[in-house]
Amino acid sequence: MSNLEDLYREIILDHYRSPRNRGELASPPAHRVEGFNPLCGDEVTVYLDVNDGVLTDIKLTGHGCSISQSSSSLMSTAVKGKPLEDVRATIEAFKELMTAHETTTDEEERDATNLRTFGELAALAGVVKFPVRIKCATLAWNTLQQGLQELAS
Amino acid sequence: MAPGQRVSSFNARRVRADIPQLTRRINGRPITYLDSGASSLQTHSVIDAMSRYYELRHANVHRGVYQTANEATDAYEGSRAAVARFINAPGEESEVVFTKNTTESFNLLAKVWGATNLGAGDVVLITQMEHHANIVPWFQLREATGVEVRFIPVGDDYRLDLTNLDELLRDVKLLSITGMSNVLGTKNRVHDLAAIAHSVGALVAVDGAQMVGHGPVDVTALDIDFLAFSGHKMLGPTGIGVLWTRESVLDTMGPFMGGGGMIADVTLDGFTPAKGVARFEAGTPPIAEAVGLHAAVRYLEGLGMDHVAAHERYLTEDALRRLDLTFDGRVRVIGPLDVIDRGGVISLDVEGVHPHDVAQVLDQFGVCVRPGHHCAKPLMRRFNLAATARASFGPYSNTADTTVLLEALEHALKMFG
Repeated sequence: MSNLEDLYREIILDHYRSPRNRGELASPPAHRVEGFNPLCGDEVTVYLDVNDGVLTDIKLTGHGCSISQSSSSLMSTAVKGKPLEDVRATIEAFKELMTAHETTTDEEERDATNLRTFGELAALAGVVKFPVRIKCATLAWNTLQQGLQELAS
Repeated sequence: MAPGQRVSSFNARRVRADIPQLTRRINGRPITYLDSGASSLQTHSVIDAMSRYYELRHANVHRGVYQTANEATDAYEGSRAAVARFINAPGEESEVVFTKNTTESFNLLAKVWGATNLGAGDVVLITQMEHHANIVPWFQLREATGVEVRFIPVGDDYRLDLTNLDELLRDVKLLSITGMSNVLGTKNRVHDLAAIAHSVGALVAVDGAQMVGHGPVDVTALDIDFLAFSGHKMLGPTGIGVLWTRESVLDTMGPFMGGGGMIADVTLDGFTPAKGVARFEAGTPPIAEAVGLHAAVRYLEGLGMDHVAAHERYLTEDALRRLDLTFDGRVRVIGPLDVIDRGGVISLDVEGVHPHDVAQVLDQFGVCVRPGHHCAKPLMRRFNLAATARASFGPYSNTADTTVLLEALEHALKMFG
């Protein structure tokens, strides 16, 4: 039985009310990439400063529901200042978290261990129990991934 | 008046007992269905009529000789006649075309009547409060023929701004407007606008999706030329809609999709379309859905459409009043605040809570509302909104539904505040 508290953890509400790394970076030199969720109208714009293989700065603007906006904010704190390979690994891990299915008790235990490595991001794990909201949580991450791909090409 | 008390001779409790889905529990609470603007719930009689049809009378319609084929044809055509009576079509069943839904009705109108009657220099006048179903087909027609698509603006009072109507009407060949906005609840003065449009030689099409099933709709009295609506928004099933048009107009229209059932003859050289409504209904039609729609029409006639309208007006007035009293501006209604020319669709902007979060919290209370742009993006842009949370009533709604809505909204405000 999923309830609202699984979805709207206090950390999520906090990041929704006070989003981190909110704003713009001069572009250029920063790389700017936009993401949309046409179904619900959520929008996010990600600004990336990459220097010597490190994501030295990230800013975000946009509007949308608490899940999309807090996920953007949580993402920015998780990836800022990290080497790109770590950023890519975090994106992959987060997207994997968002595709988890029904779990058994054993798996839950293992997942709980894994979740610890997510830090604050683990607060978003409950989203997976509300399948229509997964696209809200992944919007910023897909946008960031697209931005990194554009930079690499 | 105390919540739950009824005012008219209309007995909402009896209607509720006729809707099986209202026995559902959602998240441990009785369902509070406030999404009739998107789709209404069905009565036992509608569901049973469709079941009985499939159990005993199913066959393909038209051209059959055996008994059940004749029964299926009679059932299908009987539905057409019932729909014609329901909207008081002057030419009766020969003016009712069955489509898939309102969207298909508008596509038929644009792609058949529009493509043959409209070209560069002509104008289709619509409004800024239209559903995409009455916008996109005209944009598509514009691409094909160069017709101009013009919009009547919406004022800050959430009603059509008719200040420059004379100018807007220049070169207009079709006025195509919604009878009631699916976002604002605003009802447009269809009869008056139709008279003005006719005076400049334009025809008049009306989006009746939010009208038919919520009050009396009489195409003869409205003096319009086309009416589009959906079965599933008037207690009927999905998969069937209607395009009504005058026989004199219908006779000038070519076929829509090609295939079986829409022809008089086919040779190696070509085809001759069938006469009458058949030429717009290629392929096996939605027979069971027509049977269901007939049952819905019968049910609504039994309630009396005047009573349905009065009941929904009462619910709307009660909800608007209590939203204002309870939230003191923290929940803003995007639409008229009085019930004159207004229906039972209430779009809400909840302070500090995104509509998707509103709907998510409400779901926990068993409350079904719709978050989003409601397929009316030009209107949403007009009011600088990405989305609203929309509650909408049907004949089976009651003031207790509003009570639960208010309780759930209170919780959402507390949670995000």
